[in-house]
Amino acid sequence: MTVLDTKAARNAILGKVTRALDAEGSDQKARQKVIVARIAKHERGVVPERGQAAAADRRKLFMSQIIALSGTAEHVGSAKDVPRAIATYLKQYNLPAKIRAGSDKRLKKFDWTKTPTLEVTHGPARDDDKAGLTYAVSGVAETGTLVLTSSGDNPTSLNFMPDHSIVVVDGKTVDACYEDGFDRVRKTQKKNPLPRSINFITGPSRTADIEQVIYYGAHGPKHLHVIVVG
Amino acid sequence: MSEKKQKIKPSVGLFVTCLVDLFRPSVGFATVSLLEEAGFEVSVPEAQTCCGQPAYNSGDMPDTRAIAAQVITVFEGFDYVVAPSGSCAAMIKHHYPSLFADDPAMAERADELAGRTYELVSFLTDVAKVKDIDAQVDAHVTYHDSCSGLRELGIKAQPRQLLASVKGVELTEMENSEICCGFGGTFCVKFGDISNEMVSKKITDIVASKADVVVAGDLGCLMNIAGKLKRENIDIQVRHVAEVLAGQTDSPAIGDSKS
Amino acid sequence: MEPTTQAFKSNVKTALGDKQLRRALGTIEQGFVAKRAQTTQALPEFEQLRNQARDVKDHTLANLDVYLEAYEAKVEGLGGHVHWAQDAAQACDIVLDICKQHDAKLVTKSKSMITEEIALNSALDAAGIEPVETDLGEYIIQLRKEPPSHIIAPAIHLTHEQIEADFRDKHTNLDEDRVLDDGAELVAEARTQLRQKFLKADVGITGANFLIAETGANVIVTNEGNADLTHTLPRVHIVVASIEKLVPTFEDAMGILRILARSATGQDISAYTSFTSGPKRPGDVDGPDAYHVVLLDNGRSDMLGTEFQEMLRCIRCGACMNHCPVYNTIGGHAYGWIYPGPMGAVLTPSLIGVDKAGLLPNASTFCGRCEAVCPMHIPLPKMMRHWRSREFERHLSPSTTRYGLKLWRHLACRPKVYQFVTGLVIRTLKALSAGKGVLHKLPFASAWTRHRDFPAPEGKTFQAQWRDRQTKGDA
Repeated sequence: MTVLDTKAARNAILGKVTRALDAEGSDQKARQKVIVARIAKHERGVVPERGQAAAADRRKLFMSQIIALSGTAEHVGSAKDVPRAIATYLKQYNLPAKIRAGSDKRLKKFDWTKTPTLEVTHGPARDDDKAGLTYAVSGVAETGTLVLTSSGDNPTSLNFMPDHSIVVVDGKTVDACYEDGFDRVRKTQKKNPLPRSINFITGPSRTADIEQVIYYGAHGPKHLHVIVVG
Repeated sequence: MSEKKQKIKPSVGLFVTCLVDLFRPSVGFATVSLLEEAGFEVSVPEAQTCCGQPAYNSGDMPDTRAIAAQVITVFEGFDYVVAPSGSCAAMIKHHYPSLFADDPAMAERADELAGRTYELVSFLTDVAKVKDIDAQVDAHVTYHDSCSGLRELGIKAQPRQLLASVKGVELTEMENSEICCGFGGTFCVKFGDISNEMVSKKITDIVASKADVVVAGDLGCLMNIAGKLKRENIDIQVRHVAEVLAGQTDSPAIGDSKS
Repeated sequence: MEPTTQAFKSNVKTALGDKQLRRALGTIEQGFVAKRAQTTQALPEFEQLRNQARDVKDHTLANLDVYLEAYEAKVEGLGGHVHWAQDAAQACDIVLDICKQHDAKLVTKSKSMITEEIALNSALDAAGIEPVETDLGEYIIQLRKEPPSHIIAPAIHLTHEQIEADFRDKHTNLDEDRVLDDGAELVAEARTQLRQKFLKADVGITGANFLIAETGANVIVTNEGNADLTHTLPRVHIVVASIEKLVPTFEDAMGILRILARSATGQDISAYTSFTSGPKRPGDVDGPDAYHVVLLDNGRSDMLGTEFQEMLRCIRCGACMNHCPVYNTIGGHAYGWIYPGPMGAVLTPSLIGVDKAGLLPNASTFCGRCEAVCPMHIPLPKMMRHWRSREFERHLSPSTTRYGLKLWRHLACRPKVYQFVTGLVIRTLKALSAGKGVLHKLPFASAWTRHRDFPAPEGKTFQAQWRDRQTKGDA
């Protein structure tokens, strides 16, 4: 498939930039080497102290921030308890006992026998799905943020289309800062390209476009429920 | 009678500013009085006229440089140069050096002048280390933070500190004291309607403070504010902070007639 | 959008007469301004982060050519396509070409100032392709065929009543008798209407808050989640971004992201911060099949290496306009183009020429509040003064101003003449005030006396009085 060839524009723009930076005579290879090295190092800058607490406190901070931002959060002891938490949540909001999820292997660790009437289907979100379930890579205590990546295991549309988004996150993956979360993603993708979409999600969807008053569910979920496991 | 050995006082060249010189000389005299009280020998170089801000803010760099060169020459030799204006002091301190980027000799002289130039109130507190003012003025006062003084020179606590020390002065903060009054030099005539809206908001805040007197450190702001208060028939006095600190509040306030 | 920057003065007049606009602007001080103050004070590292962000951007700009090539290589390695456009027309052509290749009839868009800058929607319309803005504020102004009036809150100038009227007028598929008294009902209606567009769209077009060289990702920040629906559901995702959006690594982007939302809306972080680098990966069950990035110059390379380079650090947070007393008086439309407030006053002349946009950098008192809150430490008043300087050099400023300043300089450099002339003028003004303390009219400054009195001078200049005191021997 050919689109307009923009090579000429490319060379013109890059040439202009190089000249404007007074770098025309410089050793391009040397400049590239420096930049490549800086990128490879991906050094952290200033990281706020806020999220840096002991693990249990981080979990508390993480959950309290989600609640402060009009999400809801609960803590369960183990993966087995998750289906019951989901069923309870759906009942609380008078929703049908249906949940849409991806094919994340960790879902198998949940004890679905405890909730036989809960119907779980798998795949990307459909318009009439009322509730979606995804498993986060990690949580960020700094601001109550969830780190989620797109894949067949956790289709990203599940985080955005249903009215209710339920996200599971392991307690031991509640990190201090965003950088820790991204490093996890880097580690799991060592040989593969990074996921197409890495989402940092903080609270439910909102807008203030009507007279600066906040309303939820602008396009994304109206409700975000986070289940912290262990 | 024993002969006292006269201690040599540090010298201050008063940069009176064009607005004070032309419109409200009493501010100049109040300034001299405060500086002398603080132990300085004050001189007023005759050859001073303007700091060059009108040309500078209009983008007229050649004329600005000509005026600045004169100021630099006229104010050579004084230990300090003090102006009863945050904007004029900031012009000299912060902007003069960059005017002469292409002229290293002038740049050096500009730098040298910048290093010993100050706005009046912050000079008293930060350099002369004046902690309180010995004066009696019965007034309920509110303070407007002129933009250049606030943001270019960091003047915020100093006038409040000195005003608080004056016997009889009650200071009430107005809402939005740091928001621009709309003077802005030529702005107030080039964009008079926008300026009017800005000064209207300012006087709403002044009135809401319930103060009887509004003071600030820049005469441009004060004339703008006074002009609006008068047009609205609002009976609040407008004075330069130097007048209050020098206890010279018997004379008519800005825009007031003698009666 | 055709600039009306030359009509600034009449735009201002219209704005000042708009009571509804004035009411809406009045919410900013207690809203965005107060929230920003609260959030930034609650983060001890805020000032460090500002300095760091400035340094990261400066470093990137100083090596922009190298970073652009690194970014391009990364995107292409992932199966994406990078296209380059020197100007708005080229950028629109590229987008249209991609849309045609995919038989696109319907395009969803997330809020993107750059697509406003290149007038992409008009180009799409003209080609028979329907663009739908999905950010609620942008959707509303799209219905009204208006430009945005603020870069973060495009519909900030509108009331509930106005929005309700627009919805009733345009959403003709819905029951006329429905109730829309509550803002929540308006939002719910927009959600339902736009959900259908999200699902049917052939192409999704987004801008980018940042482009990351390390990962080939674009970063988009929203509170609604509309950007994610825009780039996840259609078959094709097109990113349009200007070249200065580059940052080196994720860590660099995150450092700046920490100060973006705080400066813009007073949130610690927006609800959705997404790092995407399409197309979909093997095993993905949603996401676009094709991913295209249009890198746009449109005047940025002309700013590099000049006294306006620092403006390229701008991250479009809107803090400057939220804090600007002039913006808060006249609103965004008065600035006549896409970018209002202080950042608009500096950027617009760079992009469309100072001959067209020269009034914008003049409409400032240089109060400095913008620079004080700019997360990237951009010296906005200084750059507005640079524009005034360029105008002066090119004789674009009014001749009365030029002659007036020349005259003032001649007087100011001749102290004795100055004292004589000003002494005369001052005594005259004093006489004209007839003891009233003020003058109600000043023939050569009617812009002042239209709304204000002019305080009369004391009558004898300080210099004259000082000289008298010295000769009389007074202290």
